Amino acid sequence: MSKNPFIIEVSHVSKQFEDGKYALNDVSLQVKKGEFVTILGPSGCGKTTLLRCIAGFQVASSGEILLKGEDVTKTPPYQRPVNTVFQKYALFPHLNVFNNVAFGLKLKKEDPETIKKKVRRALKMANMTGYEERKVDTLSGGQQQRVAIARAIVNEPEVLLLDEPLSALDLKMRHDMQIELKELHEKLGITFIYVTHDQEEALTLSDRVVVMNEGKIKQIGTPTDIYNEPQNCFVADFIGESNILSGRMIRDRKVQFLGKEFDCIDEGFGEDVPVDVVIRPEDIYLWKVESQKSKVESDKGPDAASQADLDEEDRVPKGKFTKWYGEVQSCIFKGVHYEMRVLTPDGYEFLIQDYHEFLPGTEVGMLVKPEDIQIVKKEHYIYNYFEGEVTKNGKVRFIDADWEVMPQQIEGLEPGEKVQVRVPFRSIDLQDYEEEGTLSGEVHFILYKGNHYHLTIRTDEGHDLYVNTNDVWDDGDRVGIVIPTKEILIDKLVE
Amino acid sequence: MNKILQIASSRRTWAWPYVLFMLLFVILPLILVGVYAFTDIEGHFTLRNFAKFFSHSEAIQTFLYSVMIAVCNTAICLLIGYPAAYIMAQEDFRTPKVMAMLFILPMWINFLLRTVATVELFNIFGLPLGEGALLFGLCYDYLPFMIYPIYNTLQKMDNSLVEAAYDLGANRWQSFWKVIVPLSMPGVYSGIVMVFMPTVSTFAIAELLTHNNIKLFGSLIQDYITTTDLLNYGAVLSLVLLIIIGLTSFFGDNNSETEKGGMI
Repeated sequence: MSKNPFIIEVSHVSKQFEDGKYALNDVSLQVKKGEFVTILGPSGCGKTTLLRCIAGFQVASSGEILLKGEDVTKTPPYQRPVNTVFQKYALFPHLNVFNNVAFGLKLKKEDPETIKKKVRRALKMANMTGYEERKVDTLSGGQQQRVAIARAIVNEPEVLLLDEPLSALDLKMRHDMQIELKELHEKLGITFIYVTHDQEEALTLSDRVVVMNEGKIKQIGTPTDIYNEPQNCFVADFIGESNILSGRMIRDRKVQFLGKEFDCIDEGFGEDVPVDVVIRPEDIYLWKVESQKSKVESDKGPDAASQADLDEEDRVPKGKFTKWYGEVQSCIFKGVHYEMRVLTPDGYEFLIQDYHEFLPGTEVGMLVKPEDIQIVKKEHYIYNYFEGEVTKNGKVRFIDADWEVMPQQIEGLEPGEKVQVRVPFRSIDLQDYEEEGTLSGEVHFILYKGNHYHLTIRTDEGHDLYVNTNDVWDDGDRVGIVIPTKEILIDKLVE
Repeated sequence: MNKILQIASSRRTWAWPYVLFMLLFVILPLILVGVYAFTDIEGHFTLRNFAKFFSHSEAIQTFLYSVMIAVCNTAICLLIGYPAAYIMAQEDFRTPKVMAMLFILPMWINFLLRTVATVELFNIFGLPLGEGALLFGLCYDYLPFMIYPIYNTLQKMDNSLVEAAYDLGANRWQSFWKVIVPLSMPGVYSGIVMVFMPTVSTFAIAELLTHNNIKLFGSLIQDYITTTDLLNYGAVLSLVLLIIIGLTSFFGDNNSETEKGGMI
């Protein structure tokens, strides 16, 4: 066991609540001694639940949690060698700073001199020397957080768990504390597990980032991996800004999107496979071109035009890159760079960051280097798949509702027979008023794909539907769901 | 016309009826008690009534006995009320509202009626009336006043404080005594004050539940006040009681959390 490099091993942990929803769904994670690991995700993704399972405040419904190779899945929190820094500090208001920090040591019945020494050392580590006698409610947020950190590290835990410790602080304070936490981690040499929804914080602080969504781990990797090589659209969209487009992998190192072929450096997706293409806004090069219209009028070939344009800008990389064109829609100054929205003639919108200003209305050329094109496996293609059952009155029951289908679809099928139902993403209609739909639900996740939105709709019964639409919806919008009869495709299940 | 409107709409104007009420029914009676206490039956200033109290062993004994009964009642209410409040405030306790309702239900009925009913209950079960019955009756009447403030503070307490205690190595017992109890003290103070103050001056309950065999300080005052020529002495007793109650209300007042703990 002593050879075990992992201090924490979470294996296949699920946490199901009474209403049947999963806060954690088969999560596995291994943390090395001394690592700084961040669990990152939007609110409600299960990151805090995972932390609380490690701390012992919640017991996993299934799976195991090992600390130093020992099964602690059901061990109460006071018997675990971990300490927690809580989101709202959770300092004891009836005790002063000294007694807050000394709380754990006093429980261990250490002698008063040792306690004094250790508390002083911990407060020094947290830069809170001299505050021993202060009441905790007279301290500022940042100071309270420091005391909370001192209170946790004074017990010399092997793992320090931090539950969004900086979320209540203002921006400036948060940056200072980030640096202090990083230094503290280096000084102490213990394992830090840090929960946050702030991606910048995660990228700045950690050795490894665990991105979570909907109770599942979406990707584990170093901050650079997570940013540069997102493994799926969720990670690409959640970490930083990105342009996500539907594309097709033609073969290794060749991808098609925007109706054009691009060189890329990704391999192993197979040939002629639908994929998602992720391009970071800062990776697209921009340059001014003559108006498309005037180009047509002057009857120059498009190649000649772009050739001339390129000479004008030295900073645009030269070479055989696939280029595309568009018109700047908006331009916002963001301090260090400008952020432009560029619309192509075929209706794709790109978010682009550049140090140069391109005013709205400017016709621009765009290109991206092959190594900056990130290919992501498509998580779902074209169709929603559901399990269904033919009902007596010639309808098909799936996702907890009876649906009218075209008679030829269920020809030769007996009532009660199980079938597979296919519904294209494109053909689901969303209604503003819930009662206009056969089912109602909520917009759960939105992904902008350049020229359309890819939405995840969660029905009230808890089923997920994928919908492609050009309409603009907001997260959490209530919608009525309509599936036109002729769009429901039924396949007989092959036993 | 405008001026009238202005006067009618000002907050000060609306406060006047209350001020008047308080002057008539709070301040004036207090002054009267004071005046009667320091005068004799003809209305001349005197301290003889006070001298009489301090040499009147029966009055002092009754007074001490009343205080003792009140202390006992407060202690019993606390012992019964704290665990009840604690159980109700637990997150996984599913029916706090029902429990709270059950505790509050007796308060729908006037306490005198309840006390008369208690006497009947004691008679039915053949239990003797007396000191035991008195304590039972007092506890029965005042328990909700103890449970409520404590339940309130416990319920409002941030659960992460308890988790923090667990996290720092405290088991359930230790986190209860080192975190939950100290943090619920504001509620306990309110509860104590709200139970102790009315019990120390109670008289009707005592008369009913002890068949007039036990005299509390409240009864004593009533006896003197209703006897015309001893009215001034009764006023002294009232004043003494008032001062004692006033002192108890300062109990725990240095704790700024009292406001947050809140009565009901």
